[in-house]
Amino acid sequence: MLDQAEGYTTADGRKIGGVVMEMKNITLKFGGVTAIKDISFDIREGEIRAIIGPNGAGKSSMLNVVSGFYVPQEGEVWYRGAPRPPMKPYEVARQGIARTFQNIALFEGMSVLDNVMTGRLTHMSAGIGAQAIWKGKAEAEETANREVAEKIIDFLEIQSIRKTPVARLPYGLKKRVELARALAAEPQLLLLDEPMAGMNVEEKEDMCRFVLDVNDEFGTTIALIEHDMGVVMDLSDRVVVMDYGKKIGDGTPDEVRANQEVIDAYLGVSHD
Amino acid sequence: MAEKQTAVSGPQSIPALLKRNAVQFADKSAYREKEFGIWQSWTWSEVAKEIEALALGLLNLGVNKGDFIAIIGRNRPYLYWSMVAAQSVGAIPVPVYQDASADEMAYVLEHCGARFVIADDQEQVDKVIEVQDQLHQFEHMIYLDPRGMRKYDHSKLHQFSHVQDQGRAAYDEFINELNARREPIGYDDQCVMLYTSGTTGKPKGVVLSNRNVIESARNSSEFDHLGAGEEILAYLPMAWVGDFIFSIGQAYWTGFCVNCPENAETMMQDLREIGPTYYFAPPRVFETQLTNVMIRMEDAGRLKKKLFDRYMAHARKVGPDLLDGRPVGFADRLKYWIGDKLVYGPLKNTLGFTRVRVGYTAGEAIGPEIFDFYRSLGINLKQLYGQTEATVFITAQPDGEVRSDTVGVPCPDVELKIADNGEVFYRSPGVFVEYYKNPESTAGTKDDEGWVATGDAGFIEEGTGHLRIIDRAKDVGKMADESLFAPKYVENKLKFFPNILEAVVFGNGREECTAFINIDLTAVGNWAERNNIAYASYQELAGHPEVLGAIQDHVEEVNASVAADEMLSGCQIHRFVVLHKELDADDGELTRTRKVRRRIIEEKFSDIIAALYDGSNSISTTTEVTYEDGRKGAISATLDIRSAKTVADARKMAAE
Repeated sequence: MLDQAEGYTTADGRKIGGVVMEMKNITLKFGGVTAIKDISFDIREGEIRAIIGPNGAGKSSMLNVVSGFYVPQEGEVWYRGAPRPPMKPYEVARQGIARTFQNIALFEGMSVLDNVMTGRLTHMSAGIGAQAIWKGKAEAEETANREVAEKIIDFLEIQSIRKTPVARLPYGLKKRVELARALAAEPQLLLLDEPMAGMNVEEKEDMCRFVLDVNDEFGTTIALIEHDMGVVMDLSDRVVVMDYGKKIGDGTPDEVRANQEVIDAYLGVSHD
Repeated sequence: MAEKQTAVSGPQSIPALLKRNAVQFADKSAYREKEFGIWQSWTWSEVAKEIEALALGLLNLGVNKGDFIAIIGRNRPYLYWSMVAAQSVGAIPVPVYQDASADEMAYVLEHCGARFVIADDQEQVDKVIEVQDQLHQFEHMIYLDPRGMRKYDHSKLHQFSHVQDQGRAAYDEFINELNARREPIGYDDQCVMLYTSGTTGKPKGVVLSNRNVIESARNSSEFDHLGAGEEILAYLPMAWVGDFIFSIGQAYWTGFCVNCPENAETMMQDLREIGPTYYFAPPRVFETQLTNVMIRMEDAGRLKKKLFDRYMAHARKVGPDLLDGRPVGFADRLKYWIGDKLVYGPLKNTLGFTRVRVGYTAGEAIGPEIFDFYRSLGINLKQLYGQTEATVFITAQPDGEVRSDTVGVPCPDVELKIADNGEVFYRSPGVFVEYYKNPESTAGTKDDEGWVATGDAGFIEEGTGHLRIIDRAKDVGKMADESLFAPKYVENKLKFFPNILEAVVFGNGREECTAFINIDLTAVGNWAERNNIAYASYQELAGHPEVLGAIQDHVEEVNASVAADEMLSGCQIHRFVVLHKELDADDGELTRTRKVRRRIIEEKFSDIIAALYDGSNSISTTTEVTYEDGRKGAISATLDIRSAKTVADARKMAAE
């Protein structure tokens, strides 16, 4: 069923489309360390795709390859039917890919609203002169971008901290602001690096709901890394399991849960 | 007044008032709501069109005359419109508490037999869907925010804006039907049904007529001279009678503007932006705000702190007098004026109270310090006493006669009487029609002559005519000498001291009163730190002689103030003990809302109570406690029992 180019239908009746991004035999090395060994998988239109694995399995490296931050030594990244050449991060952003970070990377001294507005960068084209005097195109552009930012602030229910400097916010809210900034770019593919790490149960529940709502409302394709197995199994449509840089499983949450290699990796079996 | 003349022959229902406002105040703002960071507003003529479109949409969905329509969600213009749209088609709106659990909601929806539900968002829709199998009459649900519900089965679900669109499209088809239902609505037809919160037993549906609502709104608006220029912030639950009267009754009567916050968390910012002229909050809101101010002042620079302390002291001295229009010397006025520029003005602005002309608090006793703080700033904060069954207003404080210990004089057209057991009864045009489907309770609360029992005990002060509420009637007892015993009255006085967290007074049927006292660990701990008093535990601090001495001073101060009240002078505390543990809901001593459970405490600490009355100076006791993880343990302690000075009763002395 998964092999069909036209996609599949999930258990809850959502239509998943064709392949958006495909990893073909990716190998990534840092000097003598091989972080990723010959991994292939795809991400399909409209799905929530999770990458899981124990600590040091290479999940974040994998996400960095997807986002174009790392260039693999071997293998190709195909995006929308064509191989993607090595790119600068901003070029990747212009392609419609946005991400959040495991260790929050916001502008601490700026307000939540300003942080979210930075996510609109790729949608601004007025010149520096027009921006400085805030006339003509710059003004119209900012109004339009502010409207998008406000819709996202409303969507993520962070109206009450709109004008608060990010440095003053608790961790859980910072994570939400980071998601808001990523969404402000109106991405087609959203990459989330451990969106629930360090959160309490309530914050996790909120974040889960937001991730599902983003996928549902905007039809955004989401790839996420997550440690919390409960969260992963509930949220995602398909899961890639990594261990020591290798792919040891790939499929629906139920398939992955039944996979002996995955069970071994999580319960800990000696590696020879 | 023109308003008074129109009252009898004038608009007989809320939809009729809307029709009047749409002409009289056509271009004036009626509703505002902050959305996407911008205040959106609707004029009265726009509101009339929105409501008409929704009413037509409801007809299109098949709403019948006399149907109940449940309305669930936070304060939003659309939901207020829903209430009036429901009334326009001859249905009765039933606002439901948005934080009710699905089961509680099921009870209310089934009890009123709501065929239609109008809900705010997915959270509320989910609750109704969860229990819909138990609801025999439920047919359709309309929701405001479509988020997250795209995949829901839409055979019974309708989006609010679509219902309005369908209504507009079917204008020609239904407008005659709408007029035929809207025009004949009479003064004694049902206006709304509000469920009481049901702290005792199941919630009861209080039916209010147009007469109840319009007369109450008219009387109270005239009492406080409310006009079309007022601004209010609607943030208290829509299912609460107060919100219905303020945001619908008075708003439609006077034509003032109702502002809805962006969401619950932004309420304080929105309050600042709107700057309401007419404001209501329960005591705890004022309390929290004051605490925040004090904490922030503690962190302020030395100069600011000094300015604040100096001018607040002055405000406390002359502020209330200035507000009440009593004579104040020129030098004091000048100093107050400077203080206003430097401290009070900016502070009021931060709190969002710059424009408040009339502010009310009600629901429970407010601490005199808290009350005086706001009044000394020049905020006209007053108290009122009311309940759902009275369409809010029973008594209120007129301008210039405001005190923290009374709830005011009877509102216009309200009659009061005090029963032999001290219970307060009232009769007014606001008296409710009935409890829905509950004739026994209706008969038990309202007698044939229209007198309604409040369940509260109180008395009318001689001279001023102000009503003073002392306690719940069922808690009020008699002491051995037949004098009144009102424990909560004394407990509240004790609790107004920051050092005292909780107090329980005993004395029903006894010769004299005694008390248990819990110290406030934060306040007393802070004091101990500043005075170099070392302690290792709550128990040790509570038993410290200096702490006991301080508490004794508080008790004696309360005794002096209780003695000033002839009727209650018997309630002075003769002996007291500072408990070795905090009363806790986990141990069953308090309810989850932190109300004292007298009977359980009396049983559990019977040995200490016995010692309070047998004259001994100390008592050794062991108490079982439950830890947060559910394990049980025991603490034992030897407690000092102290005697407090009491003030001799003038009447008794004279008699002897």
